[in-house]
Amino acid sequence: MTVRNLIGLVAVALAITAATPAAGAADRYITLASTTSTDNSGLFDAILPRFEAATGIAVRVVAVGTGQALRLAERGDADVLFVHHRPSEEAFVAAGYGVERFDIMYNDFVIVGPTADPAGIVGLGDAAAALRRIAAAGALFASRGDDSGTHKKERSLWQAAGIDPAAHSGAWYRETGSGMGATLNTAAALDAYALTDRGTWISFNNKAGLALQVEGDPRLFNQYGVILVNPARHPHVKAADGQALIDWLRSAAGQAAIGEFRIAGERLFTPNAAD
Amino acid sequence: MHDLSEALGTAAWLILSLDRDLIEIVSLSLRVSLTAVAVAALIGLPIAGALALSRFFGRTVVLSGLNALMGLPPVVVGLFLYLMFSRSGPLGALGLLFTPTAMIAAQVLLIVPIIAALGRQVIEDLWADLGEQLRSFGARRRQAIGTLLWEGRLALLTVVLAGFGRASAEVGAVMIVGGNIDHVTRVMTTAIALETSKGNLSLAMGLGLVLMTLSLIVNGGAFVLQNAARRRSGG
Amino acid sequence: MTAPPSILPLVLDGLVFAVAGRPLIKSITCRLERGPRTVILGPNGAGKSLLLRLCHGLLTPTAGTVSWAGAAAGGRDAISRAQAMVFQRPVMLRRSVAANIAYPLALRGLGRRDRRHRIAEALEVSGLKRFSDSWARVLSVGEQQKLALARAWALAPQILFLDEPTASLDPAATAKVEEIILAIDARGTKIVMTTHDLHQARRLGDEVVFLHRGRLVERAPADQFFASPQTEEAAAFLAGRLSTKRLKRGSP
Repeated sequence: MTVRNLIGLVAVALAITAATPAAGAADRYITLASTTSTDNSGLFDAILPRFEAATGIAVRVVAVGTGQALRLAERGDADVLFVHHRPSEEAFVAAGYGVERFDIMYNDFVIVGPTADPAGIVGLGDAAAALRRIAAAGALFASRGDDSGTHKKERSLWQAAGIDPAAHSGAWYRETGSGMGATLNTAAALDAYALTDRGTWISFNNKAGLALQVEGDPRLFNQYGVILVNPARHPHVKAADGQALIDWLRSAAGQAAIGEFRIAGERLFTPNAAD
Repeated sequence: MHDLSEALGTAAWLILSLDRDLIEIVSLSLRVSLTAVAVAALIGLPIAGALALSRFFGRTVVLSGLNALMGLPPVVVGLFLYLMFSRSGPLGALGLLFTPTAMIAAQVLLIVPIIAALGRQVIEDLWADLGEQLRSFGARRRQAIGTLLWEGRLALLTVVLAGFGRASAEVGAVMIVGGNIDHVTRVMTTAIALETSKGNLSLAMGLGLVLMTLSLIVNGGAFVLQNAARRRSGG
Repeated sequence: MTAPPSILPLVLDGLVFAVAGRPLIKSITCRLERGPRTVILGPNGAGKSLLLRLCHGLLTPTAGTVSWAGAAAGGRDAISRAQAMVFQRPVMLRRSVAANIAYPLALRGLGRRDRRHRIAEALEVSGLKRFSDSWARVLSVGEQQKLALARAWALAPQILFLDEPTASLDPAATAKVEEIILAIDARGTKIVMTTHDLHQARRLGDEVVFLHRGRLVERAPADQFFASPQTEEAAAFLAGRLSTKRLKRGSP
C-alpha cells in the first residue's frame, strides 16, 4: 500500500460520505447523557425531532447506564443529564455538578420471568415478596450488575426483601454487567427472572419465553429527572441551549410529546413535570 | 435456523432497498476505518521500516512489546482515549469526545501496532533479499526504508488490510469515545450492539452480514488487485 | 593520456574477518591498482566473496583496514559513489527494466536528462532495449544479470566488483555478460571479479589473486599464473585437486 493508493482510498471514502446526507452535521447541538433504557425505548427518536424543529437545536444522545451517564456529566462530557435515579441525581446537584433537577416523567419497573414461573410470583402486587420467593426457589435471576438506575432500584428492592443476592452471585443470581437489553436477552436465554423498566420491556423484541409477572407495587415507581450540567464548573457547557431542552421538556408541548409516545398502543412514559 | 434465514432476508432487504440510515452508517464506518487505516499506515509503516533496519540494545524487548500491543483490548484503548478527550482530560479543550475524529484516533491506536509489527517482518525479509544491493548503491537508511516500503507494497497491502479488518470490526473503543450517537457517531459495529440490546436480533445479524459483505468486498478487491500486480510484475 | 583522478589504488592492510571468533579472512595485505582486470580465484570457502564484500564496504573488517589511496578518495560518499557491485544472483527491484537502471542513478542525485541518457546507453550496451518497459522480475535469470551489468554500466563506477556473475547462466548469456564486462572495462572501470570458471578467468583476467583458506596465497599476472603457478596450492587448484574438497577446520 502506498501513500498514493491510500490517499486515493481516503478520497473515495470521503466522497461516499460527502454524497450522503449528513443529518448530524448541524452546527448547533447539545449532548444529552441518558440511559440505554430511555434510548432503547425509542422515546428520543419520537420527541427530539419536535424539539429540533421548534428550536433548531440538534440533540446528540449518548446512551449509557445511569451510573456512567452521571460520571460523563460530572466530567463535563455532556450538557444535559436525563436519568432515573433520584438519590444519585440529587447528590449530583448537591455536589455542584448540576444546576437544578426537574421531574419530567415516570414509568415503572416490572418483574418479568419465564412463563413456567418456577417461583410462583405471577400476579403478586408486592415486589419484595416476589423477590423473596425467587430466592427461596433458587430460581435464576438476571441482574444488570452495572450500577445503572435499574440496578440501583433492584438492589433497593432486595434490601426491602431482606436478602443479600450478592451472596448467591454466580449461583441463581446472575449479574450480566451489561445494559437492559443485553440483560433481557440473557434472561430470555436462561429462562431467568429480571427487573426491567416497562419502556424497555414493551419495545424489546426478543421476549422469547418471558412474560410480565409483577407490576403495580409503589416501590416499582420509576421517576425520570433532567439536570443541566453546571456551567460554573464546566465553562464549555452549552447552558442556554441545554436549558432550552429542559424548558421544552417541561413545557406543555414537550409533556404532550412524551404522553403521546406509544408502542403497540401502550403508553410508555407518563409526563409529570407539572406535579 | 429460522433466525438466521430471517437475518439473511433482513440483510438483503437493507442492501437492496438502499436503506438511508444504513447508507449513512456504512459510509461513516468506511470513512472512519479507512481514514484510520491511512493514518495508521503513515505512522506504522515508517516504524516498521525503521525497526526492520536497525539493530539496537533492547530491540527484542521493543519487538515483543509491539507484538503484545497487537492484542490491545479495544475497550482499554477506548477508555484511555476517553480519559484523554474528556472535558476534564488533558485534551478536553479540543472538544473531540463523541466525534468521528475521536473514533479515528481510537482505531489508529489499535492498528498502528499491527501495521508496525507485521510490516516489520515483511520489510525485514525484503531487506535480507535487497539489502546488500541497496547498500551497494549507496542508499542511506531513510532511502532504503522508502525503497523497501515500495518494493514490499503488495505484501504490505495485506498487512494494511489486516489493520482495516481490526478497525472495522472493533466495537469497544468506538462505542466509548464515539458514544454511538445516531447520525453522528453510529457505525456498523455500534449499531449492531445497539440492535442486539434492543432484542432486534435478526436486524443486528442482518447488519452483521452487511458488515461482513463490505469487508469481503474490500478484501476481495485488494486480493484481485494484488494478484494482477503480482502476475504483471513477476512477484 | 592523463586519466581523471580516481579513488584507486585500493589498499588492504592486514585484513581479517571473523565470524563468531572463527577467522574466515586471515590477514590479507595487498594493493589493487587501476588498470588490469583482477580475477580472484580459489576453491569453495576460500573467502573470495567475503573479500569482495570487505573491499566494497558491505562488511566491516574484524581487524586491518580497507583504504582508498587515490587522489579522488574523499569522504565516505565519494568513495561509495565510485564503486559498484554485481552479485551472483541478480537483485531486481519490482519495477521496470528502465526503472531498475534509473534507481541507483536517482540515489546519486542525477538529473532526469542525465538519467535518460545513461539508461538509453546502458540498454544499448546490454542488448536489453526491447525489454525497457518490461518488469525486471519477469525476465530470465540471464536477462536479469545483463540488467544488473547494465545498471553497473550506467553508474560508470571507477571500480566494479563482480561476484561470480555468470555462475548460474547458460553459455549465450555468459558470453553477453562477459562482453558487457569488457565494455565497462574499456571505459576505464577497474574490474575485480571472482569466478569458478577457469576458462573465464583466462579470458577476462589480466592478473590473478589466488586465495586459499582465507589467505592470499599467490598473486601473479594471469599468463604467468596459469602457465606456472608458484605455490603448491595454486598448482593443485589448477589441476583440479583442490577445487571442491571440503576443507578441514583448524588445519594449517
